[in-house]
Amino acid sequence: MSDTPTDPSGQAISLTLNGTPRQLQVQPWTTLLDLLREQLDLTGTKKGCDHGQCGACTVLRNGRRVNACLTLAIMCDGDQLTTIEGVADGDSLHPLQQAFIEHDAFQCGYCTPGQICSALGMANEGRVRSRDDIKEAMSGNLCRCGAYSNILDAVEATLPLIHGGPRP
Amino acid sequence: MTPFQYSKPTSIDAALALTGPQARFIAGGTNLLDLMKENLDQPEHLIDITGLPLDQVSQTEAGGLLIGALVSNADLAWHPLVEQSYPLLSQAILAGASPQLRNMASTGGNLLQRTRCYYFYDASTPCNKREPGSGCPARDGLNRIHAILGASGSCVAVHPSDMCVALAALEARVHVQGKAGVRQIDFADFHRLPGDSPQRDNQLAYDELITAIELPAPQFSQHSHYLKVRDRESYAFALISVAAALELDGDNIVSARLALGGVAHKPWRNPAVEQMLQGRAASSESFAAAADMLLADAKPLAHNAFKIKLAHAAIVRAFTEAAATGVA
Repeated sequence: MSDTPTDPSGQAISLTLNGTPRQLQVQPWTTLLDLLREQLDLTGTKKGCDHGQCGACTVLRNGRRVNACLTLAIMCDGDQLTTIEGVADGDSLHPLQQAFIEHDAFQCGYCTPGQICSALGMANEGRVRSRDDIKEAMSGNLCRCGAYSNILDAVEATLPLIHGGPRP
Repeated sequence: MTPFQYSKPTSIDAALALTGPQARFIAGGTNLLDLMKENLDQPEHLIDITGLPLDQVSQTEAGGLLIGALVSNADLAWHPLVEQSYPLLSQAILAGASPQLRNMASTGGNLLQRTRCYYFYDASTPCNKREPGSGCPARDGLNRIHAILGASGSCVAVHPSDMCVALAALEARVHVQGKAGVRQIDFADFHRLPGDSPQRDNQLAYDELITAIELPAPQFSQHSHYLKVRDRESYAFALISVAAALELDGDNIVSARLALGGVAHKPWRNPAVEQMLQGRAASSESFAAAADMLLADAKPLAHNAFKIKLAHAAIVRAFTEAAATGVA
């Protein structure tokens, strides 16, 4: 893992990451996922398939959930990004994080950061009305452990608290 | 990914000036970056078009809609005018990909996504679409997901889009701008059949940019249905999909549209079938006759004969649902 937060031979971008303005230098072919994990040590966002199929790399870009593995970092110039590291308020967990613990919504936990960011993005969209809607709206996040029913419980229990909330 | 040069022009003319055989436009990037990671495409230059003013949906003088090429799939599916007047398009978009990908993917890019034929995606196998003349392992290999209509000896791949099936049924027009000027392409002519040049998915030249998709005035807002049949309930490509739309006078069909996905190298439509339905009763007999006619020339491969029966049943069901929508 590199200690330097930027690649000196790259191109300059500025973005707001978990509320903090950052000036960075990135190569055009660096994905947002690799920028977060390899250059910024934000390893909460996970690399699963690296092809947009599993959702483990889901982050919020300008309040919308996206796959960081299929996003070029250089195209995020000027954007607001929220990763799992920016979801809690200091030491107090976000209600959705708390609900994942209470509902035992994971086994290995690898998909969890993506599940949580995806559910936050889903809440921002404000389109789900039922448990079946949540299932469909969370279909871009796979859980190989098969903790789906508990993930669904955690999201469903928390949705009234975060539904329609302001975009981060 | 192989290193490449990156540019972000702020005008269409500036973007077009950067085009070349080894350059690609990028907007959502959901398919292009995936292809680049697999080394199936190795452009030397990416032209980021997300700074161009192509992100609006507006009404046309003809009473239709002009959809900017950069409007995201999610924004388009949930646009109030689309939900209200073109529910077939909303349904089709929401049947595709995942919420994350729909947030990223653009309207123009959706038209340009490439087949998910497993041989095309496996660089260790021959593929006429990837390397013209190298052969088609799908023809005699695993071809459960492949074409039953319009295929050729050199390619049996299918077009993967859901959105495009609805756009075909709605008779959209593709607005294109190139160095030589602007042109409009009927949706039926935009994508091509493989013939002996399957490397070309569509009629677009490398120095042309899709700027917008135009929809004619709404005609089927009351009676339409998009039915997608796939191996799992969500987040999978279609085995068969059907865009069915009806204009009804009581129980009689005034006009009909029918397009199939998952069956050919392009969204499959036959206007003669739609004309046959005009003036007929909106009944299962009429819908079965339409299915018979549309599928008359279907030819199965070793593993996909099931698609013909499946498509037949899906057409009847989609039309039946379409006839019932909007009826209390």
